[in-house]
Amino acid sequence: MIERSPVFDFLTYLAMAIGAFLVVIPFWITLVAGSQSLQEVSQVPISLMPSSHLWENLSAAWARADLGPKMLNSLIVAVGVTVGKITLASLSAFAIVFFNFRGRMISFWLIFITLMLPLEVRIVPTYAIAANALLPFQVILDTLGISWLVNAVSGIQVTLNWNLLNSYTGLILPLVATATGTFLYRQFFMTIPDELVEASKMDGARPIEFFFDVLLPLSRTNMLALATIMFVSSWNQYLWPLLITTDRANFGTVVMQLKALIPAQNGTPDWNVTMAGALIIMLPPLLVVAFMQRWFVRGLISRDK
Amino acid sequence: MSQISIKGVKKSYLKTPVIHGVDVEIEAGEFVVILGPSGCGKSTLLRMIAGLEDITAGEIAIGGKVVNQLEPRERGCAMVFQNYALYPHMTVRQNIGYSLKVAKVPRVERDARVMKVAQSVSLETFLDRRPGELSGGQRQRVAMARAMVREPKVFLFDEPFSNLDAKLRVAMRAEVRRLHRDLGVTSVFVTHDQTEAMTLADKLIIMNAGNVEQIGKPTEVYNNPASRFVADFIGSPAMNLFEGEFDADGHFVHGQGGKMNVSQLNGVRQPGKKVVLGVRPESVRRTHAETHGAIAAVVDYVEELGASRLIHADANGSRIVALDTDTAEIKSGTRVHLSLEADALHLFSVENGRRIAH
Repeated sequence: MIERSPVFDFLTYLAMAIGAFLVVIPFWITLVAGSQSLQEVSQVPISLMPSSHLWENLSAAWARADLGPKMLNSLIVAVGVTVGKITLASLSAFAIVFFNFRGRMISFWLIFITLMLPLEVRIVPTYAIAANALLPFQVILDTLGISWLVNAVSGIQVTLNWNLLNSYTGLILPLVATATGTFLYRQFFMTIPDELVEASKMDGARPIEFFFDVLLPLSRTNMLALATIMFVSSWNQYLWPLLITTDRANFGTVVMQLKALIPAQNGTPDWNVTMAGALIIMLPPLLVVAFMQRWFVRGLISRDK
Repeated sequence: MSQISIKGVKKSYLKTPVIHGVDVEIEAGEFVVILGPSGCGKSTLLRMIAGLEDITAGEIAIGGKVVNQLEPRERGCAMVFQNYALYPHMTVRQNIGYSLKVAKVPRVERDARVMKVAQSVSLETFLDRRPGELSGGQRQRVAMARAMVREPKVFLFDEPFSNLDAKLRVAMRAEVRRLHRDLGVTSVFVTHDQTEAMTLADKLIIMNAGNVEQIGKPTEVYNNPASRFVADFIGSPAMNLFEGEFDADGHFVHGQGGKMNVSQLNGVRQPGKKVVLGVRPESVRRTHAETHGAIAAVVDYVEELGASRLIHADANGSRIVALDTDTAEIKSGTRVHLSLEADALHLFSVENGRRIAH
């Protein structure tokens, strides 16, 4: 729908301007507050003009929340989750789209319905698994009576234990499964013409060669779009890292540290430092989005083939 | 070079049979064209040879070795697809060389072979372009080069020229013919274009509704169609076919009582039996009223072809088409007299459409 009239143009621009304003204003307030001194930030009403204390607030926040190591943790987790998600999503979509096996539709729907089960819903069982990743196997062995048998025969008590608490593995693995990514890849793979698959078969390519030589290069823009979404969402994870890390000092992520930056109830109300800290923490995802924007839009909208 | 032997091959999708049992022997080095209307199973047959479709029943052997259970890559066939099926993200060089790369042929040798093949289809200046930057004809040449570079035992072509314009199609046809002459590789070519089929084939296989109607040399198929379907399908303009029967005097009665004097069919005239009489338009001549056995007809319309023209006429309720080379002008509505060439008559059974020998 393309309509050209001055009134319509005005209305469109107005709507866009309001939208942009609503999106940008929180960032502006964060930036402004982060650049003010304690006195300036405590004024009522607050000033919407930036001041000159940005640098000292940034260093204060950096020191207080121990952001150096935490940034590294966040980066490891976000990159780990992103890479894991893309690998898993592309491989599972590959299996679902290109292989004709029994239960392929069931597999697809099983993956698809997990869209309706976000981490928050299944957090208790997920925690139980993270506390001992081998628990399901233990249960199977116990139920089948195998552990009893082993105990009776050899006298060895079978207890499987693999604790993921306070580890990068624990932070990353439970977040890696992704229905969204699998779905996105599936949709893309279904646009690949059958003739291309057959041509590669005739050329003697095995499935894995077809995957790496043809599918992956063709899905590059998709992959980058997915990576952007996944990086931002895993950087922003709060609940899961909070739950699985008791050792904050070593395995805390920056988003968890936001809480450490909030002034204590009876302490100094230095919101300027909090805001400066927030600026630092939101910088990496902002940079990623800004850098990947071109690919991001292309990957989600057009199919360049 | 390998011969291909197809024995009792059937194909069903779920429970629906699409190919009802095909037996064909293809000699080594032969150029075979499978011709038929769309949906007749010709592409399915080709894809079964290639290994892209399972064989429901029967046996396909390439070079004496049964390949039913072999993967496409183990059969030694190369295929050219209708929509080219080039890898869009690879350059022409990479496209052509991909099968060699997969086969782990060393880089130097690979480059040399790609170059040699590219030269043979005059693509050497396009090697660093991507398929998206090429014209349809160039893309089809890349697809052919990609098939050739593997030095396969068998070439399979799946309607490769149907996306090209008429002029290019003729040029590509000549190119395929030349390549076959130079390489001598057994080739199976699927098409629904009869001109393409007639000009390319050493041996023609005509298929219809999952059955083989006739196998033979193009001229043989044209001059002695084995069935009403082949007679109707091969030749442009199509053969005139009249349904009718012989009367007691030996005349062929058709349409609304029109009679033809067909003395050359003496041997097979059975009065009262329904048959189909066929005659090609080029065997229908314009003649004079007094000619023995001339058929009177009223011209419906005339198609001008330049060197010749097609006269569509009505002979007692039967439509008849004559290819006329006479320069005298002729208008619709005129009464003309036509005669059928004596040795160009074909007779088919009404029940099963098979040829009745005479």
